[in-house]
Amino acid sequence: MENQLLSIITFLPLVAAIILALFMRGDDAAARNGAKWLALFTTSATFVISLFVLFRFDPSNTGFQFVEERQWILGLSYKMGVDGISVLFVMLTTFLMPITIWSCWTVEHRVKEYMIAFLVLETLMLGVFCALDLVLFYLFFEAGLIPMFLIIGIWGGKDRIYAAFKFFLYTFLGSVLMLVAMIAMYLDAGTTDIVRLLAHDFGSETFSLLGFQVMGGLQTMLFLAFFASFAVKMPMWPVHTWLPDAHVQAPTAGSVVLAAILLKMGGYGFLRFSLPMFPVGADVMAPLVLWMSAIAIVYTSLVALAQTDMKKLIAYSSVAHMGYVTMGIFAANQQGIDGAIFQMISHGFISGALFLCVGVIYDRMHTREIDAYGGLVNRMPAYALVFMFFTMANVGLPGTSGFVGEFLTLMGIFQVNTWVAAVAATGVILSAGYALWLYRRVVFGDLIKEALKSITDMTAREKAIFAPLIAMTLILGVYPSLVTDIIGPSVEALITDYHAALPAQGTELALNEGHSE
Amino acid sequence: MTSADFQTLMPEILLAGYAMAALMVAVYTTKDRLAPLLVWLTAGLFVALALYIGGAGAGQRLVFNGLFVDDPFARFAKVTILLSAAAVLVMSQDYMTRRELLRFEYPVLVTLAVIGMMVMVSSADLITLYMGLELQSLSLYVVASLRRDSAKSSEAGLKYFVLGALSSGLLLYGASLVYGYAGTTQFAGILSTVQDGVPLGLLFGLVFMLAGLAFKVSAAPFHMWTPDVYEGSPTPVTAFFATAPKVAAMALIARLAQDAFGGIPGQWGQVLAALAVASMFLGAVAAIGQRDIKRLMAYSSIAHMGYALIGLSVGTAYGVQATLIYMAIYVTMNVGTFAFILSMERDGRPVSDIAGLNQFARKEPLKALAMLVLLFSLAGVPPMVGFFGKFYVLKAAVDAGWVWLAVAGAIASVIGAFYYLRIVYFMYFGAEQEPVDSRMAPVQWVMLVGVAAIMVLGVINLFGIEPAAAVAAQALVR
Repeated sequence: MENQLLSIITFLPLVAAIILALFMRGDDAAARNGAKWLALFTTSATFVISLFVLFRFDPSNTGFQFVEERQWILGLSYKMGVDGISVLFVMLTTFLMPITIWSCWTVEHRVKEYMIAFLVLETLMLGVFCALDLVLFYLFFEAGLIPMFLIIGIWGGKDRIYAAFKFFLYTFLGSVLMLVAMIAMYLDAGTTDIVRLLAHDFGSETFSLLGFQVMGGLQTMLFLAFFASFAVKMPMWPVHTWLPDAHVQAPTAGSVVLAAILLKMGGYGFLRFSLPMFPVGADVMAPLVLWMSAIAIVYTSLVALAQTDMKKLIAYSSVAHMGYVTMGIFAANQQGIDGAIFQMISHGFISGALFLCVGVIYDRMHTREIDAYGGLVNRMPAYALVFMFFTMANVGLPGTSGFVGEFLTLMGIFQVNTWVAAVAATGVILSAGYALWLYRRVVFGDLIKEALKSITDMTAREKAIFAPLIAMTLILGVYPSLVTDIIGPSVEALITDYHAALPAQGTELALNEGHSE
Repeated sequence: MTSADFQTLMPEILLAGYAMAALMVAVYTTKDRLAPLLVWLTAGLFVALALYIGGAGAGQRLVFNGLFVDDPFARFAKVTILLSAAAVLVMSQDYMTRRELLRFEYPVLVTLAVIGMMVMVSSADLITLYMGLELQSLSLYVVASLRRDSAKSSEAGLKYFVLGALSSGLLLYGASLVYGYAGTTQFAGILSTVQDGVPLGLLFGLVFMLAGLAFKVSAAPFHMWTPDVYEGSPTPVTAFFATAPKVAAMALIARLAQDAFGGIPGQWGQVLAALAVASMFLGAVAAIGQRDIKRLMAYSSIAHMGYALIGLSVGTAYGVQATLIYMAIYVTMNVGTFAFILSMERDGRPVSDIAGLNQFARKEPLKALAMLVLLFSLAGVPPMVGFFGKFYVLKAAVDAGWVWLAVAGAIASVIGAFYYLRIVYFMYFGAEQEPVDSRMAPVQWVMLVGVAAIMVLGVINLFGIEPAAAVAAQALVR
């Protein structure tokens, strides 16, 4: 039973989706409510079952746990399992899905299909974090595009078609290159089992290709192919341009899932594949990635300042925050990677909540233009409080989870590259700039807009949706060990292996450790 | 000639006898009133023969003094051809009856074409190859112009005939060169000749033959006839063109490359790779602007042939296996897609404009969902089975060290995804317009939904075609 636990939580939403698709008929109010309740019930049940995984999880064991393995076609295997790095992403997904489902209670347009899309999406997202076979991972990773494409395309805003196509094709292009690299890995190592691939040494002798000397050899090539996929998914500057479009056009719940969970697949991919499997390649490319992250943080923060659309502003802020994540990952030390994972988890709560905040007023006014609002605090005090809380968390106020992630990643990067750290640190100031300015324009000031005079405060349902998010943001902000204790040992093992694979850099490693003590 | 020879050829002889008998009976008795029955009878016979061939013993038999070979490779291809032909026949019956197109010649001609294909995939000699190819082609030319009162259909038939004759000429010229330099028409003899050096003239012959065959699989740059013929022919005929003949021609290329020129993969591998890359990109790019779903499917099939050719061009047993799996998946997807296209009509008239599908999902959620699955499968998005077809051929390419070919295939698949998504866009997101009718014959419905289910459930084990394809490929590549 314990071995099938991951399969159960992964496929439970899919089962509910099939039930909805086959047995739920009609489009009257009763059917719509039935679909919503079934989806809410299933996602909640998934969360409850996933708690067993969390409580039975042994953080001191750095290997994979709850492993299930079966034969599949082509010498591939169906293999599921979690370690310290992935278990929290599974929890993040199962935790956020019921909230997401509940947040779209007011949707009236093709509700059944909407619920099916989200349930299928949950299965695919959980599969990505649990898969321990390359091709199985790819299957879940790519298949997730289909429901998201439909969610944006059917339930999105005015320019949803453009956004949906851009989203799909952008991410698809990144992933097919990864597929070719996966095939090359399969042939090099003779297996697609991620556990065995982690132990495999891919060639790193320099060779020349079209007249270029490729440092790090095969590892660098594989790294770049994976990078093409994860950098787009993350998204990193300069391949981030699909994200603002997708976010703006997606319905609220779609934005929440996109920002809170789908983006984390990129970071998870870096930690699962790029860093441990191609250490030499990662080391060769790390300076480039670090500077790209620094540019992302500063550049997208500045772009966020100029936005007139609330969702677009938050989307650019997401890109900036993901910059801290890539920076932390490629700092490749304990603080950096701990911070990166922490930042991803915390960003899941905070950005999800911010998109929900936009959703609350969008449901009432049907516009996301910042100029259409102002003085909301006069009519919506509860909303102003919640929005204030998450704005502060987004800025990285100490006491919220946003602070811990930014601080740890900056500390990690400072030991490796002071200049990158210095540039990235300015992002902290800029994020305060755009977030607080947004808040001032929307919430404070006099309520002069005629249309806003009759706006109502949050309903009990809306308040209830935010409650768990506020709780998690606060708890992780004041007691970050909850997360770092679980991920710590696995991250430590990852870093040890990573540096062991770089013999020439031994002295630098010693230097780094000297710094941190 | 012994009884063993005839026994090996039994399925073909049986089909030929059946075709003649059906022709005679229909001509002298009831003519077209018998046609629906004949369609079902023919399809039933195809299925029965597919079961018989699939269940026939293992091993390889070379009969008629080395003219005709029966091996696992031929059997795999024949089963695919027979089953897809049967599927296309039964789902076209309703469409043709209602448009008074269903003449008794149709099932008979299809039967003759299928015999030609079966001879093609079993050929072990240039003469057999040509006989099979011509029997198939001549039947298809007639089928293409089945709608005698339509200028478009006649044009399609004529175009197909003229260009097909040209390609046959190329092939024949190549074959004569090969014969001249090898001194034999038998594949085995050619194989032993090329092993001690390749004369330039023989190489010329090889290239001409490949060009002729590329015509038949509609690989770029020999694809020009495909969109026009697909568009002009009656839809059931288009469905037939897109399935069984493609398998036969692709299998024939594999047969020729491996059995006759297996010793010199360096000489034809690059030719096939160039065809593959050209087809994948041309198919993907040219389909973007199409509004007619039949033309779109024509470009789609050009692109798919490119992927199948990747497997052949690398020249390994694994590559052949990948191509066989790819073709089996490809025909299955096309059967489902054409079942849907056959049902597209407005006030009883067939429609092929994709804009007519606007908001189809709202009216017919299940059919739209099935079509969605098929389109994503055609685009090669996991977890649909179409992805595994691409995975196999890309793996074959990387396996043989042709990484650039795999990268090209991967990039072309992204471009190709766009036009499949565009159909999804019309079905799910488009603005409401004059819609298509929701009527669909039960057989078509079963095919559409059944194939969509196969595309999803196949992720479990591909219905076991992998080991069968492996046996077939190993029999061919020694």
